[in-house]
Amino acid sequence: MTEFKVEMTNVKKAFGPKKVLDRVDLSVKKGESLVIIGGSGTGKSVTIKCIQGLLVPDSGSIKVDGTEIVGMSERQLEQINQKTSMLFQGAALFDSLNIWENVAFGLVEGKKMKKSEAKEIAIEKLRQVGLTPDVANLYPDEVSGGMKKRIGLARAIATNPELIFFDEPTTGLDPIMSDVINNLIRDCVTNLGATAITITHDMSSVRKIADRVAMLYKGKIIWQGSVAEINSTDNPYIQQFVNGRAEGPIQMEIKS
Amino acid sequence: MIFASTGRVTLKFLRSTGELALFMTKTLSHCVKPPFYFKSLLNQMIEIGFYSLPVVALTTLFSGMVIALQSYSGLSSFSSEGVVASVVELTITRELGPVLAALMVAGRVGARMAAEIGTMRVTEQIDALTTLSTNPYKYLIVPRVLAGIFMLPVLVLIGDIIGIFGGYLISIYKLDFNSANYLRNTWNFLRSIDIYSGMTKASVFGFIVTMLGCYNGYHSRGGAEGVGSATTNAVVASSILILVSNYWLTELFFAR
Repeated sequence: MTEFKVEMTNVKKAFGPKKVLDRVDLSVKKGESLVIIGGSGTGKSVTIKCIQGLLVPDSGSIKVDGTEIVGMSERQLEQINQKTSMLFQGAALFDSLNIWENVAFGLVEGKKMKKSEAKEIAIEKLRQVGLTPDVANLYPDEVSGGMKKRIGLARAIATNPELIFFDEPTTGLDPIMSDVINNLIRDCVTNLGATAITITHDMSSVRKIADRVAMLYKGKIIWQGSVAEINSTDNPYIQQFVNGRAEGPIQMEIKS
Repeated sequence: MIFASTGRVTLKFLRSTGELALFMTKTLSHCVKPPFYFKSLLNQMIEIGFYSLPVVALTTLFSGMVIALQSYSGLSSFSSEGVVASVVELTITRELGPVLAALMVAGRVGARMAAEIGTMRVTEQIDALTTLSTNPYKYLIVPRVLAGIFMLPVLVLIGDIIGIFGGYLISIYKLDFNSANYLRNTWNFLRSIDIYSGMTKASVFGFIVTMLGCYNGYHSRGGAEGVGSATTNAVVASSILILVSNYWLTELFFAR
């Protein structure tokens, strides 16, 4: 077995003439929390969609647990996906199902668990993210945005995944709720031993959850290092991003 | 200018035809591979079969009535009013029953499917299904398509009965036909091929409506507007395909 959970080498992906990923090399160790930072439209989402098999890269290799997933059949990918889960930016709760059914979905449909058993686990997971059992029978449109994120998180950890993706977990939340979510994500890695890949542009979130940080710019990983290094590095791109300055080497493309 | 836009339109048409063919093959191959979601299938069958009954009943009832009225005014000038019963019976079972029921279902169910699946697509709920190791084709598309194939024939059978009854009502109460004679005429003219051909057509139409509804929803992008145009495309395309394929099916069944 390799020590890497995910290894990407030379991954390229283009949509029409627009190169979104241009030779991305990135690897994540087991039990590590990697945060990918970068401005909007730099290919962060595409990167994690490629690892999940939702998008197929044009060339390059992606290995999960040492197994090559590029060119894998749908059925084999489903096997890989059994071990992973994701917290979506908009939570992506199924609005035809109530909250405990949402949390238990991966257990009932993916792992074929009995409903009564799955419900108990779902309520336990809801409690872990700080929600009381009385929300379990509500529907997603009856709860607030922050609660949706927490429910999404409960759903993501319900199957005890080995690899969890977080897509902008704190975007659109108030600072306190952001901190709650950050703590929960950190807990997943520290207590559940999961490997986490987070994409965000919220620096307080980066400082809280990251072991290692990688910066994506124009489809390339231009810098990676430990979370302590982001403050000391003299890389002008990182400095500009971390301090949120408009002036610097990163030019915001108005037209994409 | 003209060449460029013609080329663009042609390429776009070819691409969507290819995409649709791929979508169909994928759906059909998932129809026969487990796991099967019987509960979703049942829900969709109720949605298509039961909740479409009122619209289908009303359209076929009034069509039967108007055919009786019109064929009488045409046929009475040749003093062959006795044929009214058979004209009603033939038009309803062979053509109008299946076509009208399918058009109504396209407006009701096809639009609903495109909007529902389209919303799930743009809010990342379909990606969420994949990450929870549930195949979206099996969970969302297959139950809907199968329900369409199974339930439209049932709807048409009920529509046939109601349509013929509509013709009977007008013939007896407005055109002063003898009730027993009219019923005997209907019964004597009725051949099983009329019913079977209509129901076979209905199955094909059910496939067209649900397939196009799901396909357009599944491939919609770009938020509310994308879902809106997916819904329009689903209804327009399936209505046209219903009418076109109806001609060819009629030729297949009845032309010698």
